[in-house]
Amino acid sequence: MMFAQLITSFIASAAFGVIFNVPKNSLFQCGFVGMLGWLLYYSLVENEINSIIATLASAFIVAVISQYFAKRYKTPITIFNVSGIIPLVPGGLSYDAMKHFVGNDFYVAVQLAAKVFMLAGAIAMGLIFAEVMNQLVTKYNRRKLRLGS
Amino acid sequence: MDDQLPYNEIIDVCLLAGKIMLQNGAETSRVEDTMVRIAAAFGCGDSHSFSTPTGIIFSLDGMHPASKLIRVSQRSTDLHKVTLVNSISRSISSKEMTPEEAYLRLKQIEKAGMGYPMWGQVFAAFIASGCFLIMFQGQWNDFIWSCIAGGMGFSCLLYLHRLLEVRFFAEFIASLVVGLVAMFFVQIGVGGHLDTIIIGAVMPLVPGLLITNAARDLIAGHLVSGLSKGADAGLTALAIGAGISAAFVFL
Repeated sequence: MMFAQLITSFIASAAFGVIFNVPKNSLFQCGFVGMLGWLLYYSLVENEINSIIATLASAFIVAVISQYFAKRYKTPITIFNVSGIIPLVPGGLSYDAMKHFVGNDFYVAVQLAAKVFMLAGAIAMGLIFAEVMNQLVTKYNRRKLRLGS
Repeated sequence: MDDQLPYNEIIDVCLLAGKIMLQNGAETSRVEDTMVRIAAAFGCGDSHSFSTPTGIIFSLDGMHPASKLIRVSQRSTDLHKVTLVNSISRSISSKEMTPEEAYLRLKQIEKAGMGYPMWGQVFAAFIASGCFLIMFQGQWNDFIWSCIAGGMGFSCLLYLHRLLEVRFFAEFIASLVVGLVAMFFVQIGVGGHLDTIIIGAVMPLVPGLLITNAARDLIAGHLVSGLSKGADAGLTALAIGAGISAAFVFL
C-alpha cells in the first residue's frame, strides 16, 4: 500500500510539472519533492495525527527541500514548491463540502468548509515558516561571514 | 559617462523581462527583484519597480528620470519561460550581456511556444488523475475511469482557454465535464465510487500555482498581489465547485 502511494505521488507531482511547463531536467526533482511531502503527510495521518498538523509539517518540509533544490539547480523556487504542494491541497474535503452545500446540508457543509480553510491556511503557514527560517539562516551566515573576515 | 547609458533600452529590457515572468506564473516579489537587479547590472542603481498581477510600473531615478507602465492582461502558466528569464537575468548580472542582446533574447523567449506539446499536457493530466485517485484511497479498478474523466476535463479546459476570454467559465465547463463523465461511468456500471473518481479527476484543475504564489507574495509583503492572487484562486475553486455541483443537479 505504501509503495503504491510512493509511486503514484511521484508520478502525480511530476505530471503536474508537465502541466505547469517546468523545464524537462527538473521534472525528476519535482516528483521527488511531491513524493517526500506526501510520504510525510501520509505517514503522519496513518499514525492518527491531526491532518492540519500533518499538512503544516509536510508543507514546511516541501518548502525547505524546494529552497535547497532552487539554490542547488539555480532555478526559481516556485517550480518545486508547486509540485510539492499539490498533493496536500484538500481537494477531497472541498469536494465533500461542495457536495453537502448542493444537498442543502449546510450544517455539515460549513463544518467541512471551515476545515478546508484551516488546511489551506496550514499550507500557507508551512510555506511561511520555511521562508522565515531560510531568511534567518541566510542572515546568520552573512553575519558569521562578516565577523570572520 | 552617465549620459552614454541607453536609458530607454534598459527600461525596455527590464519591462519585457518583468512582463514575461508575470505572464507565465512567477511571484510578484521575484518579478520586481529581477527588474531592479537587471537595471543595477546595466548601471542604473536607482530604480523602482511596482508590479501587480495586472500591470507593472518601472521607473529610473538619477540624472535622467524616466518611467514606463505596462499592462498585463493575459496570464498563463509556463514556468520554463520564467526559468529562462531568470537565467538571462543572472548572466546580465555577471555583465555577460549588453542591453541589445538581452532584448533580442527576451523577444525570442516571449515568442517561443509552450514547452510541452498539447497532447503531452493532456496525457500528464490523464495520468495525474489516476494517481490522485490512488492517493485518496481509491480502488485500482477505478484508475482508468478517473484517468479518462480527468483527461477529458483538462482537454476541455485547454480548448476553451483558447476559445474564450472568460477563464472561470472554462474552468466551470471543464469540471462539469469531469462530473458528467464520471457519472456516466458509474451509471453504466464500470466505475465503483463516484466520489473518489471525481476527486482524482478534478485535481489537474486545482489552482496550485496561484495558491503558493499568493502565500509567497503575502510573506514578502506584497499585499496587493497576494490578496488578488488569493481572490483569483478562490474564484477558480468556486468555478470548479460550481461545475461539479451543476453535474450533480443534472443527475
